[in-house]
Amino acid sequence: MPDKNIIEIKDVSYAYGTRPILTGINMSIPRGSTVAIMGISGSGKTTLLRLIAGVMKAKQGEVWVDGKRVNDLDTVGIYQLRRRLGMMFQFGALFTDLSVFDNVAFQMREHTDLSEAMIRDLVLMKLHAVGLRGAHNLMPAELSGGMSRRVALARAIALDPMLMLYDEPFTGLDPIAMGVISNLIKELNSALGATSIVVTHDVQEALEVVDYVYYLSDGKMVAHGTPDDIRNSTDPLVRQFVYGEFDGPVAYQYPGRTLVDDMRLNG
Amino acid sequence: MAIHKGFSIRGIGARTIDSVLRLGYATRFIARTIMSSGTSLRRPRLVIRELYFTGVLSLIIILVSGLFVGMVLGYQGYYTLQTYGSESALGVLVALSLVRELGPVMAALLFASRAGSAMTAEIGLMKATEQLSAMEMMAVDPISRVVAPRFWAGVISMPLLAAMFSAMGVFGGYLVGVVQIGVDEGSFWSQMQSAVDFQKDIMNGVIKSIVFGFAVTWISLFEGYDAPPTAEGVSGATTRTVVTSSLAILALDFLLTAFMFGGV
Amino acid sequence: MQRSTLDLWVGIFVMAGIGALLVLAMKVGNMTGSGSGETYALSANFDNIGGLKPRAPVKSAGVVVGRVSGISFDNEKFNARVTMNIEKTYKFPKDTSASILTSGLLGEQYVGLEGGGDTVNLNTGDKIKQTQSAVVLEKLIGQFLYSKAAEGGDKK
Repeated sequence: MPDKNIIEIKDVSYAYGTRPILTGINMSIPRGSTVAIMGISGSGKTTLLRLIAGVMKAKQGEVWVDGKRVNDLDTVGIYQLRRRLGMMFQFGALFTDLSVFDNVAFQMREHTDLSEAMIRDLVLMKLHAVGLRGAHNLMPAELSGGMSRRVALARAIALDPMLMLYDEPFTGLDPIAMGVISNLIKELNSALGATSIVVTHDVQEALEVVDYVYYLSDGKMVAHGTPDDIRNSTDPLVRQFVYGEFDGPVAYQYPGRTLVDDMRLNG
Repeated sequence: MAIHKGFSIRGIGARTIDSVLRLGYATRFIARTIMSSGTSLRRPRLVIRELYFTGVLSLIIILVSGLFVGMVLGYQGYYTLQTYGSESALGVLVALSLVRELGPVMAALLFASRAGSAMTAEIGLMKATEQLSAMEMMAVDPISRVVAPRFWAGVISMPLLAAMFSAMGVFGGYLVGVVQIGVDEGSFWSQMQSAVDFQKDIMNGVIKSIVFGFAVTWISLFEGYDAPPTAEGVSGATTRTVVTSSLAILALDFLLTAFMFGGV
Repeated sequence: MQRSTLDLWVGIFVMAGIGALLVLAMKVGNMTGSGSGETYALSANFDNIGGLKPRAPVKSAGVVVGRVSGISFDNEKFNARVTMNIEKTYKFPKDTSASILTSGLLGEQYVGLEGGGDTVNLNTGDKIKQTQSAVVLEKLIGQFLYSKAAEGGDKK
């Protein structure tokens, strides 16, 4: 059935050995929306992204993407699914031995029989969309952080994906580059008619871009709602994260013996 | 408390289990690589590109080292043979040591430190910067797109490099022995030709170098693919590639020599 | 542009590699020596083979016609049995004789064949009847000293 939700996650748990990473996650993401998955480092948000992309399979529960149960897909099925996904990695992950042009053309050459002339037009269009048409001859080493992120974005949208995944798209960027990227995320989503999932801990940028936020802590879904709901949340975990308070439910002190014990104050 | 991998009994045990596990993983890795060679066959351009990096870029070091090793053999061989009054056998000595042993072994050692370490660093960096994951996310298998072409390029270029090393070495021996010292040119070549057998000596040398190429490329690619995705991880893997490859080359050389020439 | 220069280099590399192999085969080794081409086996018994080794050449009139394939001890005749592979293109009559010779004073030892006048040729598995053993240097010197001593005895 052509369901309304492109992604349905039902009661998913995942563990590395005995260490639980995710427990009892439920999510549904409607088509055409832009959703953020937030949480501090180690909260399991990247793992969730990997479950959606089929890099790993859930030990418990179901992951549905575009009407397919990812748990059941074999390698061929997952590769077929991935042709319709676009993913932007944390630092771009451009192929360093290929030029900007060849990076964007990579998927077209691997997966389609398009002629070189056609590929050239398409690549320049994609690069134009991220404002880097003039840079198509450069090598990735010659790009700034923000520029390689934009090239990575152009590469991710090369085959017009139905679902865009962003893994920490803002990390390590200056404010201008950040603004450029968040603007592109918004624009491309409406231009492609795709659905976007942004995994990030850059709260303010993300709250500007997305329609809906899921907040993960310690592998559990502790809050979700619109950006305004999150800003006004009274949950101490969410408040500490959104306003960057240094101590709170996430403790400042590394767990250990008490100060009194360590300093041998009680003789 | 974490197990300290020192010289305790437990440490030795843990290391042994570790290396057996790694060997198993490495074997699965190479099997997968060979099974995924279809892409390399359909798109020879991928292999040609890697031949450039593994073969052409190793040319200079191989040719120069070959020449020098041959010239040294010329000198040492001459002074040893001269004592027995059989300097005319210099050609035999130079050619046999090069074709049977020094050519394949030295070329493989140089290949491991020149091309092998570069392969490890390249693949390790691709992994550390998530290029391999990005490729997988684009529904392209990195084993068939990145690893397999490099593997075949390594296996193809190794015997060619070893042959060039030996040919250069014979030429070096000729320069020193015939041109400089003045050993009779006719007996230099004719004794060489009557003593060096194509099947037994040259073909066995080629087989050796193919085996070495297989081993070195396997080790280099696996170390890169298995490297921890950090700067230290990649540099450690690069060092391990050179050390493990060198040991593997020498150990394999012993086995192959015993197998090929042991009966005679 | 860049692609074609890369191709050019790889082409040069592969050609140089194959060229080096050919040089090794032609100039360094004797590709025609053995192994390649079909051979037939002959055998011969010698009283003493001296320092003959397997893979030593078999020559006739100075031309290499084959190689020694194996050396064993004959338990019944108490002498050495030498088997050799001769190239199919060379034919030898039944009454060919084989001797173990040395190239130069200290050179390698080889089997020399000398054809006779028989009309029937030797075939696979045949045995060469007339053989001459290796000249053992020690024996030669011993004989020489013996005869010298004998001469000296005459003079007295």
